[in-house]
Amino acid sequence: MVTLTINGNEHKVEAEADMPLLWALRDLVGLTGTKFGCGMAQCGACTVLLDGAPVRSCQTLVGDIGNAKVTTIEGLTGKVAETVQTVWADLDVPQCGYCQSGQIMSATDLLANNPKPTDDDIDAAMTGNLCRCATYHRIRAGIHEAAKRLEA
Amino acid sequence: MMIPKLMQSLVLPVAKTQASRRQFMLGALAAGGGVALGYHILASSPAAASDSAADGNKAAVFTPYLTIDSDGKVMVLSSQFEMGQGSYNGIATLVAEELDADWSSIDVRGVAGNVKAYGNVAFGGTIQGTGGSTSMVTSWERYRKAGAAARAMLVAAAASEWGVQPAEIIVENGVLTHPSGKTGGFGVFAAKAAAMPVPTDVKLKQPGDWKLIGNAKLKRFDSARKTNGTEQYTIDVKLPGMLTAVMIHPPMFGAKVKSFDAAAARSVKGVVDVVETPRGIAVVGEHMWAAIKGREAVKVVWDETAAEKRSTPELMSIYKDLAAKAPAAIARKDGDIDAGFAAAAKVIEASFEFPYLAHSAMEPLNAVARKNDDGTLEIWGGHQFPDVYQTLASQIVGTTPDKVRLHVMKTGGSFGRRAVFDGDVVVEAVHIAKAIGFRAPVKVQWTREDDMRAGRYRPSYVHKLKAGIDGDGKLVAWSDHVVGQSIMSKTAFEGMVQNGVDPTSVEGASNLPYAIPNQTVGLTTTEVGVPVLWWRSVGSTHTAFAAEAFIDEVAEAAGRDPIEYRLSMLEPQSRHAVVLKLAAEKAEWTKPLPENRFRGVAVAESFGSVVAQIAEVSTDGSGSIKVERVIAAVDCGLAVNPDQVRAQVEGGIGFGLGAILGEEITLTAGKVDQGNFDVYSPLRIDAMPVVEVHILASTNPPSGIGEPGVPPIGPAVANAVYKALGKRIRVMPFTKTLNA
Ligand code: FES
Ligand code: FES
Repeated sequence: MVTLTINGNEHKVEAEADMPLLWALRDLVGLTGTKFGCGMAQCGACTVLLDGAPVRSCQTLVGDIGNAKVTTIEGLTGKVAETVQTVWADLDVPQCGYCQSGQIMSATDLLANNPKPTDDDIDAAMTGNLCRCATYHRIRAGIHEAAKRLEA
Repeated sequence: MMIPKLMQSLVLPVAKTQASRRQFMLGALAAGGGVALGYHILASSPAAASDSAADGNKAAVFTPYLTIDSDGKVMVLSSQFEMGQGSYNGIATLVAEELDADWSSIDVRGVAGNVKAYGNVAFGGTIQGTGGSTSMVTSWERYRKAGAAARAMLVAAAASEWGVQPAEIIVENGVLTHPSGKTGGFGVFAAKAAAMPVPTDVKLKQPGDWKLIGNAKLKRFDSARKTNGTEQYTIDVKLPGMLTAVMIHPPMFGAKVKSFDAAAARSVKGVVDVVETPRGIAVVGEHMWAAIKGREAVKVVWDETAAEKRSTPELMSIYKDLAAKAPAAIARKDGDIDAGFAAAAKVIEASFEFPYLAHSAMEPLNAVARKNDDGTLEIWGGHQFPDVYQTLASQIVGTTPDKVRLHVMKTGGSFGRRAVFDGDVVVEAVHIAKAIGFRAPVKVQWTREDDMRAGRYRPSYVHKLKAGIDGDGKLVAWSDHVVGQSIMSKTAFEGMVQNGVDPTSVEGASNLPYAIPNQTVGLTTTEVGVPVLWWRSVGSTHTAFAAEAFIDEVAEAAGRDPIEYRLSMLEPQSRHAVVLKLAAEKAEWTKPLPENRFRGVAVAESFGSVVAQIAEVSTDGSGSIKVERVIAAVDCGLAVNPDQVRAQVEGGIGFGLGAILGEEITLTAGKVDQGNFDVYSPLRIDAMPVVEVHILASTNPPSGIGEPGVPPIGPAVANAVYKALGKRIRVMPFTKTLNA
């Protein structure tokens, strides 16, 4: 039994220490917004925030989390995140949408640390997030647009 | 591959009556009678929609195509499966337009199990399916009429309620009003309206009255739910008591289980069972992690007698040898090819090599099966060929198809991967559920490695091309010999293979638009034990590359500009010429580029649409290249959702670019070398060019758009790379030439 703080709530989960956070979130806690794409830190679909910093939950073991606070797409709040989410819908960024929880996590983190990212900054920050629908053109546009709205 | 009898009867009638795939797609565009097929169902079986309980507060079933609940929420029931390509949105647009619905009250859910209503008219109407970029083709009349019929029923209900003439009622944004001041939303009249007779002679709006169709500002109805984690995919299905299974598939195609030892696996915490199925061993756990850990502890001994054991270099050398010989079958023959070459002033030749490619949709394949106490079976999944899966599943459990209920889930991509003849992961779920005695619902979830190593790849091909030009540089002889596996032979679509030609092997090569007097397209089909499948844009993934890259070589040999040369072989008003000219104009083709920028062009027709692309690449002097910008000009008939046409072309360019730059599935002694994204590398954001999409205004019915953005990008970039580096790219992926 492990206690995890997820989106501000404490959850007691029946998990062995070696269970990746991804599967604990999805199968034990029932938060399915975090997606499985590769299981080896190659696609970013499983990205969550751990004490505010993005991590790949498929490579983050439940036993290593301790008191760190987990934020998933379901619990993502704040001006930056909400702006990103709104812009994503306004620009119709998602196609299948499967990768987008992860994209939004990474984009939110980028904008929180770099309010006016260049294309190169975006490429560097987002390159770990695969999108097989290749919505990259709009992801880039979305991050620029969110930066603009946040500045205003 | 074994083809179940029932499935054959389900599918073959279509195949037999059609000469070619191309014909059955394009035939549908013209066939008014065929298009109306589903619509007759409006009047005959409105109850067929079923499941209206899921559609909200007392949803009233209007036709098999939509329900409206008492709050006025419109649920469109889509015959077309949603994998990200926006079919749901397109179909919702057609319904909402004719219904005069409030766009924000529209939702869509996938349906199956009523082929009369949902059969794909582009496939002859006898099978429901999503593929060949036909979703707008099959829906264009059907769903507009469904919307118009429901609107007329709502008007009739309101007219009788208010005691007024139907013609006096105005419908706008989901609200009915009468000049007398009477007003009411759809929800108020839904129940009464659904009981009204379904009109059979509805009049559709004139294009000038459209508010939603063709509206570039219309937003997808389903974007918000894809930004907050609430969209539900197959992987998210959770049923009471559900178990999760992972598979151990044979390590080589064609290998079989000889024996297995699951004792250690059974003692892994959370592992519930380990069972054998016809598709391999399934490890069933309380959750995914337990199943994955259990799997590591299973020992399997394989019978590899019948397995494909060859390696990629061996297969490629066989293909190249075959390509040098005369083709086994002829797909196109114009004029006299020998005389053409004999008379040519100059003859050039080139060979092109294409590897196997994996679809690698972001959501690895999965399905959920549950048998209920009443004997019915339910299956959740990305049912791209639902009728086929329903039939196959019923055979496994020994029941009739009507006892199998399919829940059509949205999926994280597909790109063709979920349209399979043998049911694949769908039947796997049913097999596992059966093997555990149906004691719990089972979700089978493939890992990325399972997904990448399970085959059904875009086939590997070799093209051998030869062209002859006369003294004026005019192209007088052209031959293309295609060598590779057939997608359709030995499947339920076998009937489509005529005279040894699988149309999916040569589409894009056998219908080259250029006026070349002597022309031959030959095909030699290979037998390899690697399962293959359609992969976004199918034959044109390789045919368009070979043809459009080689045309560039010919233009160079003739000393001509690549666009001017292509145009010289096209009718000025042809669709190819028009999009080429549009792309050239938007890219300012005749203007010089800044230093270190180079461009290339390609044009290709697929799925009834024609797309030209001009790619601009830059070099850094070290021999590597970057695709900076792509200008696309698109003729896809009428664009129902222009912004989604744009999105599909942007995505198609990224998808196609990733493949030619770096994707490749290879075999070593029969085993697939790649398992995950560390070594199989789809495009990432840093390689994504700026994309500009220009859509030709058209009054023709909509044609395909999910796939046609893919074919031109490879050759356009290859042609630009030649300008940049002086290297012709003839072996895919590009890394082979650029890193050489
Ligand atoms: S699932 Fe974790 S990075 Fe892909
Ligand atoms: S939107 Fe489909 S994978 Fe990104």
